[in-house]
Amino acid sequence: MRFKDVFSIIGPAMIGPSSSHTAGAVRIGRFARQLFGPLPERAEVRFFGSFAATYQGHGTDIAIAAGLLDWQTDDKRIPCALKHAADQGMTVLFGQGKGLYAHPNTVRLLLTAGAPPARRELALTGASIGGGNIEITDIDGFGVKLTGGYPAVIVQHRDAPGTIAGITDALRDGGCNIAHMSVDRKGRSGEALTALELDAPLAPPLLDQLSRLEQVGSVRCVDLSKISSA
Amino acid sequence: MQFRTLEQLAAQCTERSMTLGHYMLEQQSTESGRSPEQEFATMSAYYDIMREAVERGLTEDTTSRSGLTGRDAQRVMAFGAEQELSLGPAAGEAMAYALAVSEVNASMGRIIATPTAGSCGIIPGVFLSCQKRFGWSDEQMVYGLFAAGAIGYVIANNAFVSGAEGGCQAEVGSAIGMAAGALTELRGGTPAQAVHAVGLALKNSLGLICDPVGGLVEIPCIIRNGFGAVTALAAADMALAGVRSVIPSDEVIGVMLEVGSSMPEKHRETAQGGLAQTPTGRKIMRNLRRKPDPEES
Repeated sequence: MRFKDVFSIIGPAMIGPSSSHTAGAVRIGRFARQLFGPLPERAEVRFFGSFAATYQGHGTDIAIAAGLLDWQTDDKRIPCALKHAADQGMTVLFGQGKGLYAHPNTVRLLLTAGAPPARRELALTGASIGGGNIEITDIDGFGVKLTGGYPAVIVQHRDAPGTIAGITDALRDGGCNIAHMSVDRKGRSGEALTALELDAPLAPPLLDQLSRLEQVGSVRCVDLSKISSA
Repeated sequence: MQFRTLEQLAAQCTERSMTLGHYMLEQQSTESGRSPEQEFATMSAYYDIMREAVERGLTEDTTSRSGLTGRDAQRVMAFGAEQELSLGPAAGEAMAYALAVSEVNASMGRIIATPTAGSCGIIPGVFLSCQKRFGWSDEQMVYGLFAAGAIGYVIANNAFVSGAEGGCQAEVGSAIGMAAGALTELRGGTPAQAVHAVGLALKNSLGLICDPVGGLVEIPCIIRNGFGAVTALAAADMALAGVRSVIPSDEVIGVMLEVGSSMPEKHRETAQGGLAQTPTGRKIMRNLRRKPDPEES
């Protein structure tokens, strides 16, 4: 069954006009923001396919900005998101992307903040696949497959034998069930990224334990069901 | 969920002497692992948002971002206050409420996707206008939403509810079927009658293409929501009067799948055919396209 429950039929609560062009775009922006951490100083947004053709009319640009502010799909401030972003010091630039894309509703985000050596960067690609559902397909050049439907943990690490076992062992010991996971690396013994979707959010002690594992660089969490603090 | 078809849904409800709404709440709670009280509260909050959208659409400026649509609900209400509506006041109000919610959606207001944003006006239009007319409690209406959800669940899993997949019949058509079945139950119809209402309603929207001008959820989506609410009332009346869907409702859903699957892509939410490609539709689309962002890389 493609639709599992009553709230996939009645719902979500959202700001219009389109579940794929608006609600889905908010969720992609929000995923990127939570992964990035602080408010980005600059966000470059590149639209592809049908997103590129109709983003202004549908308010997809506004929806992405709302997501970057970590707002929910039904936040009443969404129509004013661009103003809020400017007021808070985030520069958001929109344009048409170039090159190939897998889904007609694809967006690529490049978020930056700070100056070297403390400069923070994130490149993320996502697609809005209908009814407010999304798929994150690329994080910093690593291929992933994340839905935002579950709490996600993104672990950056070196490609070395036993690293993934270390991660899954820690999750097992913490009683965490993995719903989905994907692994990608830049090259043998190089940088790698493991993205996991869990049945429940990661408790802080477990998060700490994961980040202290050998070969592990950073551990970041995204939970789109979390109530926005904004 | 223990049911896959409307026939099974009606049979299981009849066997347990339960309404579709009560049965769906029980099934939902089993599926999610959350208490029925919690699930009821979520749906109840959704109903409040629907009511708020109706009120906004009737009182506030609903001009869309494109400037193409807005305030049609208010036009209908004003006309109805001055002269007698051909539909009569009750159906006219359902139509106006449905337009109101759809216009709120088009102007970036808050709505509940039922089953999608493009068809978000029909259920609130029928529910809110009938609640006022028949004096039903909020609790009854929330159970009604669970009934509508049960019907939509069957349609979505056996056919589709998105215009990109199955045309407008899948969005507006499904919403009409859901509203008609739920209204039949709210008015005291049996589960079997509610299911007949779904089939009667769906038959009237088979083949409806999705051809939004400029790709926007505005023209003709908004007026189709208005018409949809009226059709739902008519289908419920037929079912309550004992009119049966001779072709069983599950088979009608099968036809929707067949018709939608063979619909050309230009008639499935791509704005490449239908009303979107009329001379006027094309002109509107050209005017919508502003200069590309200078930051383009």
